[in-house]
Amino acid sequence: MSTAAEALAVPPAPTADFSLDSLERAALAAQKRRSVVVVALRIAIFVGVVGLWELSASLGWIDPFFFGRPTGVARQIWEWMTEGTSQGSLWLQMLVTIEETVLGFLIGSVAGVVCGIALGRNRFLADVFSLYIKIANSIPRVVLGSIFIISLGLGMASKVALAVVMVFFVVFANAFQGVREADRAMIANARILGATQWQLTTTVVIPSAMSWILASLHVSFGFALVGAVVGEFLGAKQGIGLLISTAQGAFNANGVFAAMVILAAMALVAEYAITAVENVVVRWKPAPLTADGG
Amino acid sequence: MIAPSAAGESPGAAETPAIDIRGVTRRFLTPEGRFNTAMRDFSLRVERGEFVCIVGPTGCGKSTTLNLVTGLIRPSAGEVRVAGEPVAGIDPGVGFVFQSDALFPWKSVLANVAAGPRYRGVPKDEALARARAWIARVGLADYETLYPHQLSGGMRKRVALAQTFINEPRILLLDEPFSALDVQTRAVMQDELLRLWSGTGASVVFVTHDLEEAVALADRVVVLTASPATVKSVHRIDLPRPRVMSEIRYEPAFVAIAHRIWNDLREEVRIGQSVGQLARVAA
Repeated sequence: MSTAAEALAVPPAPTADFSLDSLERAALAAQKRRSVVVVALRIAIFVGVVGLWELSASLGWIDPFFFGRPTGVARQIWEWMTEGTSQGSLWLQMLVTIEETVLGFLIGSVAGVVCGIALGRNRFLADVFSLYIKIANSIPRVVLGSIFIISLGLGMASKVALAVVMVFFVVFANAFQGVREADRAMIANARILGATQWQLTTTVVIPSAMSWILASLHVSFGFALVGAVVGEFLGAKQGIGLLISTAQGAFNANGVFAAMVILAAMALVAEYAITAVENVVVRWKPAPLTADGG
Repeated sequence: MIAPSAAGESPGAAETPAIDIRGVTRRFLTPEGRFNTAMRDFSLRVERGEFVCIVGPTGCGKSTTLNLVTGLIRPSAGEVRVAGEPVAGIDPGVGFVFQSDALFPWKSVLANVAAGPRYRGVPKDEALARARAWIARVGLADYETLYPHQLSGGMRKRVALAQTFINEPRILLLDEPFSALDVQTRAVMQDELLRLWSGTGASVVFVTHDLEEAVALADRVVVLTASPATVKSVHRIDLPRPRVMSEIRYEPAFVAIAHRIWNDLREEVRIGQSVGQLARVAA
């Protein structure tokens, strides 16, 4: 009772027990079967939806002129890839949009994190600014795109600015909340252990706000993409958004869908990248966060 | 009622006490805009090397006492001195063990224990070496790389003790540190605390709602009144050290002392409950 070992006793892993071993193997097999079924169903749904779309277009249930058709979309993408678009090579268009999105995402999220932490740590500033942040958050910020086009021109800067504005408030709100939710006992503990205010911020407040911030990054990359594409839509010389508006002008439904597919692929790659970063940063967590945000 | 002389082997009254709380009143503003008095004319001296336990009804302001000593809160009236000096900010000689889990969940056991020295500017290698030594002393040598959520409640408390003791505090404050543990683990941890404390010469203030725990650990037990808190009575515990937690509870002297203090405490618990506070005081 009084020995230290008593409280520490962690039972070793169960030794070779044949019945348990076979049970384990059965459970593993069941798990494997389940994941196979999940993947199979995913493929089946894709084939079903796309097949139905193609079928209805070829049987004349829907007019492919207005609604496009999967083979037409695929042909369009292939054409863009091999022959380039009306505004130059497809890769250049993608690169432009990615650059705008990533720049906007980085600037917006860094600014959001910094401001969120600064205001979260300072009650007085928070009380002063909270009203304006609520107002700024409630207006549809896409409208600002027009202002940015007017003031910053048709180049990349106006799209980046719109993406920044889209991202900033989401990340800011989450960082702010994360800082506010930091455990009081943990903060008191760090202070008594000898942490300065700066050490407190970097070693306690930011790590504890991290899961909030990371959750907002998932959402806000999508917002950055919306900002970039809408900006291109409103007026640009290059980019996927311009591709969409050109296709729209030419009544090319397949072109619009093709651009959508390309955007979706880009967003998906970014989502995986963010999840990978997240898994590295918060590996101390009891269970890894799932892709749908923490 | 307060015993003036020092405890144990240092009866030198000339020596400045480790902690001297003089006539402290503490008020705070409630959300409704009224002043609530948590503590009224509170005085307490803790001698160097002394182990003092504070018991009282739940919600009476026991934790406020500790926060006054750390400097995290300031008295509305009166004075708090640590080693003769008025408290101004957080004293580096103070260690604090919290009731709740205050470990950093994103740091491994090793990094958690090394946090104090790292904050205080000790080079990384030296801090880690010292942390390893302390982790070994609390019996967790094989668990250095694990994160807090992978440990049991008792093991997390061991990490918390190592994290506090590594700073070699002259004053050790504990706020119901073992209240969330099961009875067996609690007894083990009480022994562990006494073992780590013995020989350090640190003064200890241990807040608890568990009267038996207080009697088993302390040189003196201070009973507080229901809110607003003030000292109701002080009891000297003359049980010999070293004490073994699992045995001491059954000694007649222990039972007699515990019974005497309980008579004092019972009335306050009743008042505390009639005020509508949730009393969890152990009988």
